[in-house]
Amino acid sequence: MSETTSISETPSATTTPATTTSQLTYGQAVNAALRRCLAELPDTLLYGEDVAKPGGVFGVTRGLRREFGERVFDTPISESAILGSAVGAAMLGRRPIVEIMWVDFSLVAFDQIVNQLANVHYVSRGQLRAPVVIRTQQGSAPGACAQHSQSLEAFFLHVPGLRVCMPWTAQDAYDLLVAAVYSDDPTIVIENRTLYNAAKQDVVLGGPVQQPGGLRVRREGSDATVVTWGAFTARALEAAAALAEQGVSLEVLELPWLNPFPTDEVIERVRRTGRLAVLHEANVTGGFGAEVVARVAGAGVPLRSPALRLGLPDTRVPAAPSLVAELLPGSDRIAASLRQWVLGP
Amino acid sequence: MSDQTRATDGVTGSRSRILADLHQVWRMRVFEEKVRDLRLAGDAVGSIHLGIGQEAVAVGTAELIGPDDALFATYRGHSWALACGVPPAALFAEVLGRATGTNGGRGGSAHLSAPAHRFFGENSIVGAGAPIAVGAALAGRFDGSGRVAITVFGDGAMNQGAVHEAMNFAAAMNLPVVFVCENNTWSELTPIDEMVRDPHLHRRAAAYGIPGERIDGNDPAIVRDRLGAAVRRAREGGGPTLVEAMTARLVGHYIGDAEQYRRPGELDEARRLEPTVRLAAQLRAAGAPDAEIERAEHDARAETEQAAAEALAAPLADPATAKDHLYV
Repeated sequence: MSETTSISETPSATTTPATTTSQLTYGQAVNAALRRCLAELPDTLLYGEDVAKPGGVFGVTRGLRREFGERVFDTPISESAILGSAVGAAMLGRRPIVEIMWVDFSLVAFDQIVNQLANVHYVSRGQLRAPVVIRTQQGSAPGACAQHSQSLEAFFLHVPGLRVCMPWTAQDAYDLLVAAVYSDDPTIVIENRTLYNAAKQDVVLGGPVQQPGGLRVRREGSDATVVTWGAFTARALEAAAALAEQGVSLEVLELPWLNPFPTDEVIERVRRTGRLAVLHEANVTGGFGAEVVARVAGAGVPLRSPALRLGLPDTRVPAAPSLVAELLPGSDRIAASLRQWVLGP
Repeated sequence: MSDQTRATDGVTGSRSRILADLHQVWRMRVFEEKVRDLRLAGDAVGSIHLGIGQEAVAVGTAELIGPDDALFATYRGHSWALACGVPPAALFAEVLGRATGTNGGRGGSAHLSAPAHRFFGENSIVGAGAPIAVGAALAGRFDGSGRVAITVFGDGAMNQGAVHEAMNFAAAMNLPVVFVCENNTWSELTPIDEMVRDPHLHRRAAAYGIPGERIDGNDPAIVRDRLGAAVRRAREGGGPTLVEAMTARLVGHYIGDAEQYRRPGELDEARRLEPTVRLAAQLRAAGAPDAEIERAEHDARAETEQAAAEALAAPLADPATAKDHLYV
């Protein structure tokens, strides 16, 4: 028994992979990433509630059980057992990819994420690793109700030891998941179910495995920097396009990875425009946007206008679409808020 | 202990075997007595939980743990680490926050691990280790190791949802997990029989469709026999077992616990049945001279004192390393 028996080798793609480009939905891109990882990394397992034979409640894991056999399996409705067993299997050299069907369900088993998973490597002084990927999805959709519509990324981002990403494009749904599975750190991949069946996009498959981190400059602009992530990136871009016609030039930064977070790059971008707005679907207080504002402010970046935080007001999420629409800002309201903020009343 | 589900008469070993068990019990006993002294002297700090009186469960389990197996314990886990073969000096050093500790001071008394010794860690969250152990068994299904995972927890953990989930998950998937409930009758400071309708905790196994039994946990030979059967069954594909080992904690839940909750006469009875008394009586009955019996304790004390001295002489955990190992 050597010290290394419990530590899996860090996988590395040594050969230059052949790439192909396919038209895929976001959900199909997730499926393609899982297929690639299961094929390339024999230590991977894929499991969760209804993921194997049923193919997932959103169809995202369809066909993988048939292709990869017993490495893909269904579990009881037992989030503590799903997450806890992932921790244990990872300690013993597996690379589990587990699904928590809705991010809201992670709360019944938060102990296994925060007290267990995040502590494995640090507390053991690096003798143990926990290369677990937790795939989940969140976001507001019509009629989703209070316990199926929260945006909870800030909970995970408050936990040192975890990596967190929130893909928005189909390409990132593919690339970020592959990067997460190849990473030896525990990683939460928060997808968005309103995107699963959105329009197909060109997705390059089989490219080099990316390192976690980085930002996407989705729009260049000079009057203000809007930092956003996840599905709300679309609303930011719509708002920016509308404001461009009114003479307001917004830079839109999408942060597909929130941990690691490219603090220095964001600070440099804000320094150039002199204004910072953060926009997320999560409610404002304690949202990660507050952390972004604090980092920029803490760096002493001079701002022409006070930093602006936009998101869900601090309230519960109702079921009726008319109530949700009142609370969750659409691109029109976002544009109006940004316009007033930049130009004044 | 009149209600064991199985007669255990006749499960005793040879004189040399009993002597070896007594020595192991003493190693654990004096280790924890020394930890208590170090805590009271201020050399060790924080909340420290001792399992004095419960050592026979760990001693009886020790040789059942195969080279590829994995053991998961609780914050009352010093004896389990010793049972896995972790050197006492490294354990003392961990408790004392030294660089030479099993985890260089990151784990402490309640969260230490030594995977090279098959000791996959204590856990300070009651019941949280059970699903993790299930994962270790799950890994074994794919790595060809034939691994059996052993998870140890107390009676209080039987009321944790994570333990229920773990037992059902392991049962449904027929995973090689041995669930060892050390029933010392106290869920921290509260008696288990007031916190459940049926205090025969092993009976819950039936609800999962797995074998369950209550055993006398104060005799290593009985533990070895009954837990051995469970480990064998797991290794041969028979799935999980719940073993409820009846024992007694002779000390508080934590060092400093005033123990005002104890029932009249409880500790006197427990001291009469505890493993060092029990094994010494067996040895006397087998004709062992007093000197032989005393040597088991004496040797353990000598080894333990030396290990503690070694740990006390080691450097403190280096502050410059405090942020190391957060990410791979």
